Formats: sequence, structure tokens, C-alpha cells
Amino acid sequence: MLANQRRKQDHSDDIAIDVEQLSLRFGDKVALRNISLQIPKQSITAIIGPSGCGKSTLIACFNRLTDLNPEAKVSGNVYINGRNIYHAKQNVPALRTQVGMVFQQPNPFPISIYENVVYGLRIKGITDRRILDDIVERSLFQAALWDEVKDILFQSALKLSGGQQQRLVIARALALDPDILMLDEPTSALDPISTLMIEELIFQLKEQHTVIVVTHNLQQAARVSDQTAFLNNGELIEYSSTDVMFTMPLEQQTEAFITGRFG
Amino acid sequence: MQSFNMTSHISGKFNEELESLKNAVLAMGGEVELYLNRTLTALKTNDRRAAEKVVLGDDAVNNMELRIDEECMRIIARRHPAASDLRLILTVVKINVDVERIGDEVERIARMVANGQIPVSERIKADMFDIGHLILDMFQSTLNAFARMDDAAAEAVHARDQKVDEQYKQLLIEVIQEMQKKDEIDPAWLEVLWSLRSMERIGDRCKNICEYVIYFVRGVNLRHK
Repeated sequence: MLANQRRKQDHSDDIAIDVEQLSLRFGDKVALRNISLQIPKQSITAIIGPSGCGKSTLIACFNRLTDLNPEAKVSGNVYINGRNIYHAKQNVPALRTQVGMVFQQPNPFPISIYENVVYGLRIKGITDRRILDDIVERSLFQAALWDEVKDILFQSALKLSGGQQQRLVIARALALDPDILMLDEPTSALDPISTLMIEELIFQLKEQHTVIVVTHNLQQAARVSDQTAFLNNGELIEYSSTDVMFTMPLEQQTEAFITGRFG
Repeated sequence: MQSFNMTSHISGKFNEELESLKNAVLAMGGEVELYLNRTLTALKTNDRRAAEKVVLGDDAVNNMELRIDEECMRIIARRHPAASDLRLILTVVKINVDVERIGDEVERIARMVANGQIPVSERIKADMFDIGHLILDMFQSTLNAFARMDDAAAEAVHARDQKVDEQYKQLLIEVIQEMQKKDEIDPAWLEVLWSLRSMERIGDRCKNICEYVIYFVRGVNLRHK
């Protein structure tokens, strides 16, 4: 059952996302089983696990993308900055502004680079050109793309390379100034150099944002994250600091997974 | 020749990690160098208390070794280093062991001074001091070669070990001759022999470190050749 209280009583200001006994079912199929974890603010959390283990489903609970699936039934609580996002009074569009998301395939809109970045701002009704210009520059700069595109802002975003498109999509998410940025397999469609550039960008982002990265790439999790959650079959098997996870994991199942013995 | 730039990775954090790992080895080397210097001065001035402080200081060096080891393991686990980065980590793992062992050898020499078991013969003491300075100089040059990853400098230092070996053999003969002057062997001489052995071993370990520097730069193993 979802708790009724809006604010978590014992909330710590250092915690961005507090997951309490979260379970999710799609009809008869259990996708997440009784997951509890706390994600600290301004840190990078990697979520790893074999295909179909529930990684993407878990982060979809953090901005209620699961609402889009009528079969999804959620129980338990998810608090973001101490507020229960499954509370009846939660404004879901505002939640998705606060918790931004970037997907595996770069998905820029078939409009200019500039318009891509300001897309969400225009929906919010912001029309002042100076404000938009400032946010475009700031967001592209944060996404480490400004120098490459500052002279071609009004060209189609589709002309950019895959790596640039993915950074543009990150800039589009950053333009809304989210507290939390979730990236679902952000580099699996990219070449190794673009991958490293996105990883460096992720590292820079944690100065101002809480970042969650879902990845199939264990090496990526090891390189970028502060803590790692290992999911298997919808269960949270281990949630440790990345140093511990990749040098001396606490659970036998984690050891087997990260050393390539199953999965 | 390739140029090695540890600060050119796309990941700024990785640059920092490698740089600080190398600095940690140099800091540990600096500490051991300081202890060796103090031990030689204590030997020259018969300063037992100064030598005792060196003995106590070895714990700090041991802790540094552990921290460097842990950091190497962490970098391997998290960064999966390749090519020159991988050679650097392997080089650091090996140099770390040698520097720590040099620290142990220095401790042994310092213990001899701290226990007051220094040579009664002024000539032998002076020769011991000389060979001590040879290895101190060799160790300093070794650390410099590592700091700059300078394979030519490492090769030059490597060659200097022969002189240490020659002086060591010469000094052994002198010590044995001194020992034979009396019917009963003074146990202090055994400590002197062990300390001389430690000095010779420091030379060997400097040679090892130079071989690792050459391995890092050229990718060529000089060991056992």
C-alpha cells in the first residue's frame, strides 16, 4: 500500500531519492520485489544487472513513467527530497521536470539545435528571448557541446553525430534544471571516444545534480559511479560503494555477475 | 620514442588518479630517503636516539605501501587501464614493494646504530659511511628517474650498482680481517655484516626500480638479463 503521508518524517537532507519497499507488477508478472535503497544527493549511482532484471523499470518509478503503463501496479514508497512522489497530490509533469531522463538512442527532435534545447522551456511558457538564449548557452556548455555547436545553433539537430546528439539530449534535459538526471544506457549506441566524453560529462554533472546511470557496461559503472546497485530478477542483490562492489563485493551473486560467471 | 602524458585522458578524474598515485610513490620514496640520510648521520655521530626515531618511522612507510597497493587495485578495478596506463600501474605495484623493502633495510641499519653495535674500527665505519652515501645517491637518482620516467637516467643509475657491489665485497673482506684479530668474535660485528648486506640490497632494489622505469618507457624487460 502506498503511504498517505506526503513528507517523510525522518528525511535526511543528504538523500535525493529514498526508496522504501518498492514493488511493481505488470499484471501477473512481478518486475520489482521489495526494493529499498537511498541515493545520496550530488553523487553518481550506477544500476547494473542482466537484461530484464528491472533496471529501467526501477528508474521509471522515480519519475512515474510507469503511470503510462495501465498494467503497472506499484506498491511501497519513493521519496524525492523527502516528498512522496506517489502521493495523490503529486504534480506529475512537475516531477518529470525535477527528475530528467535521457534514453539509450539519442532522440533529438527534427528541429534546430537551439529549439531542441528550449523545447521544454517553451512548453512551460517561457518566451523571453534573452532568458532562452542564456539557458541554451548554459545547458550546451554544461553538456560539453557549446564549443562544437555555438556557430550552428539554428541548423538541424539531426546533422550532428551520434555522440553530439546524445550530448544535445542531455543539454535539453539540463535546460529544465532538474535536481536528478537519469540516464538509461546513455552510451550503448556510441563509439568509445563519444562514450568517454559522455562519461566525463556525467562526472562533471554531479557537482550540481544527482545522477543515476543504468548500464549494461560494467566497466562504465566502475568508471563513473560512486555507488552501484546490482539488480537480478527484480530484486536488489547488493547496493555498495563502487569501490567495494568492484574489488570485494559483499554478495556471492554480485561476484558471479561482475566476473562474468552468469548474466 | 612515445611521449607519456598522464594528463591527457578525456576523464579528468583518471588524470588526477594517475598523477596522485605517482606522487604517492614519490612521497613514500622521499620519506625513505630522509630516513636513510638520518641513519647515515646517526652512524657518523653515534647518535642512538636519532637512529631509534628512524626505526619507529618505518610504520609510516608501511602504511604508505598499503595505501598505494589499495589505490592500484581500485584503479585496476574501476578504470581497466590499458597500454602505458597499464604499464604504469604494474610499474607502481612493483616499485611500491621495492621502496618499502628499502625502508626495511634502512630500519635494519638504524637498529644497529640504535643498539650501539657500531664498528669499533674508525676506518670501517668511514668506509661504511661512504658506501652508505653511494646508495643514498643512487636511491635519489632512482627516484628522479622515476619522477621523470627517464629511461636513459634509469639506465645510468642501473650501471652504478656494480660499484656498490665491488665496495661491498671489499668491505666484507676488511670486516672479516678485523673480526679475525681477536680470538672471540664480538657479536656487534654480525650486526655490521647484516647492515652492510642491507646497504648492498638497497643498491639491488634501486636497480630493480630502474628496470621497471625502463619497462614502463620502452616496454622492454631487462630483468634477469
